Amino acid sequence: MSALLEVSGVSVSFDGFRAINNLSFTIGAAELRAIIGPNGAGKTTFMDIVTGKTRPDSGTVTFGERAVSLLSLSEAQIARAGVGRKFQRPTVFEDQTVHENLIMALKAGRSPWRVLFWREGQADRDRVAALAGEVGLADALPRKAGELSHGQKQWLEIGMLLAQEPRLLLVDEPAAGMTLAEREHTTRLLVEMAKTRAVVVVEHDMEFVRRLDCKVTVLHEGAVLAEGSLDHVTKNQQVIDVYLGRG
Amino acid sequence: MSRTFLAKNPSVLTFLLILAIFTLGVTILSEAYGVAFVSTSFVKTLGKTLCLCLVALAMDLVWGYAGILSLGHMAFFAIGGYMLGMWLMYARTEEIVVAALAQGVLPATAEEIRQGIATQIFGVVGASEFPAIWVFAHSFWMQLALVVLVPGVLAAVFGWLAFRSRVTGVYLSILTQAMTLALALYLFQNDSGLRGNNGLSGLQNLPGLDGVSQDRLSVWFLWASAAALGLGYALVAWVVSGKFGSVIRAIRDDEQRVRFLGYSVEGYKLFVFTLTAVIAAIAGALYYPQAGIINPAELAPIASIYLAVWVAIGGRGRLYGAVIGAAFVSVVSSWFTGGRVPDVPLGVYTVQWVDWWSVVLGLSFVLVTLFAPKGIGGLFDLWQGVKSPDRKGAALGPDDGALMEREAQE
Repeated sequence: MSALLEVSGVSVSFDGFRAINNLSFTIGAAELRAIIGPNGAGKTTFMDIVTGKTRPDSGTVTFGERAVSLLSLSEAQIARAGVGRKFQRPTVFEDQTVHENLIMALKAGRSPWRVLFWREGQADRDRVAALAGEVGLADALPRKAGELSHGQKQWLEIGMLLAQEPRLLLVDEPAAGMTLAEREHTTRLLVEMAKTRAVVVVEHDMEFVRRLDCKVTVLHEGAVLAEGSLDHVTKNQQVIDVYLGRG
Repeated sequence: MSRTFLAKNPSVLTFLLILAIFTLGVTILSEAYGVAFVSTSFVKTLGKTLCLCLVALAMDLVWGYAGILSLGHMAFFAIGGYMLGMWLMYARTEEIVVAALAQGVLPATAEEIRQGIATQIFGVVGASEFPAIWVFAHSFWMQLALVVLVPGVLAAVFGWLAFRSRVTGVYLSILTQAMTLALALYLFQNDSGLRGNNGLSGLQNLPGLDGVSQDRLSVWFLWASAAALGLGYALVAWVVSGKFGSVIRAIRDDEQRVRFLGYSVEGYKLFVFTLTAVIAAIAGALYYPQAGIINPAELAPIASIYLAVWVAIGGRGRLYGAVIGAAFVSVVSSWFTGGRVPDVPLGVYTVQWVDWWSVVLGLSFVLVTLFAPKGIGGLFDLWQGVKSPDRKGAALGPDDGALMEREAQE
């Protein structure tokens, strides 16, 4: 299986602090991967590098069959290339309705002119309704996103990611603040999505990771400490020392 | 498409109706076409106010919707005025010079006429040659194109430099202030080619229309200003109505998130900045022929700050708010500064409103921002029973321009 995203030898430091240290990571085109690691292990910085928010000091990041380097692209270009990101804290546009949020995320032309003359068709309405149904917000379409509960905002953001139809999905702690039933729904959704695309889940919650039942990458001090099945990595003595031992 | 647009935006139709009734009313009350109840100078004031409403509309689009607090949009307004003013002054002077030279024995050559015009216009700054920037001044259509092109290109270049470097928030505001101040200082120089601090004058006399009295001209300009405001309102309402409006409001509240959706935030900001600069310039081109004179003081940073104050008092983020704010504040302002408000004798000190007006305006600006962030437009929410969401004081997004809790509508 060829790799969709290939990160190799990436390092970045902030004011002398090495947040990422010679990190290498690959993920296939239809794969689910969990990244775990203690606070400060570089999980968020890793996502920042892939999405173009942070430029690494050294190393390469390539994406897709033609191995396009993401390092020379802007955040918006990377997003258009097919990388979607869900933030830890739900970030939706609170002053706008659920419908407007989803319409904005819907895969379509992104240039100002195209957007200016874009008008909503029946196909778009159907797609938005289907997406809203999938994330349990079908009744909330005309509501302002700011009125939604924390969990509903998480769902809306996941719905926006689905609407973007990314090829690689980076998800930061999706289960935070969710009830048990919601967690199960999230798990099903992530597993389902990973059948057609690459999904990287950053998570603290071991129980949630176990439920995802996928390959796990353990980060520590900006580098990969161990990789393999959850059972495999939890038996690794180094992992137990730096991560599991604390918790 | 247009029917559904109007159906979805009933406020546009309401606005156009009110504007039409207003224009008709003033026409009926004017000296030229009606019962002479409203003086010509007041018709001009009203016409100018409509132009200010148009530039406030542009400011609301760039600040209220896209979150870019530009404190330089009156520069584009003034440049629009200068561009049309150049043709007005040239063509008007040409008529005078041709008439004067016709007294001579020999018919005047084109070169003599051109020289005569140059001496007439630039004698006041000690020059008698046309500067290079007057090369198109003889052509109405060229200068009309420049009304749009010069501010458009200036805004595009300035915006490209500023947005590409991701200058945002208060730093961008300072940068736009610096731009308008630099332009004003440049134009104050006699060798800038636009008559230094004298500016351009006599703009109220339209070339070729000597037989038309100012009474009638003032009404014509009122019509033109009303038409421009109506078209501008419909255009801006259309721009903000669809997905484009959604995206720029999203940029205002959280531009980083918009980037991760794949929208090039810089491209959108540049688009809005340039579009609003062009709208401001068109407003300026209609304003200065009614004012009769334009000079570099019009580009002073304070003018652009006033613009932001109008939009804030009217209520940013809603189009009719900007129009109401501009109309209300500028009419009240001309009332106070025109010396028509009686002084208040306090025994030891007499409050003269001409001097104290700016204090009143400043105070009301502070009070509106603190206690009624929705501005005058918020009264419509009270009337319609729209409530603000209870967000425990949180803004709607992390960015500087994001709407505050109390500005939002539920």
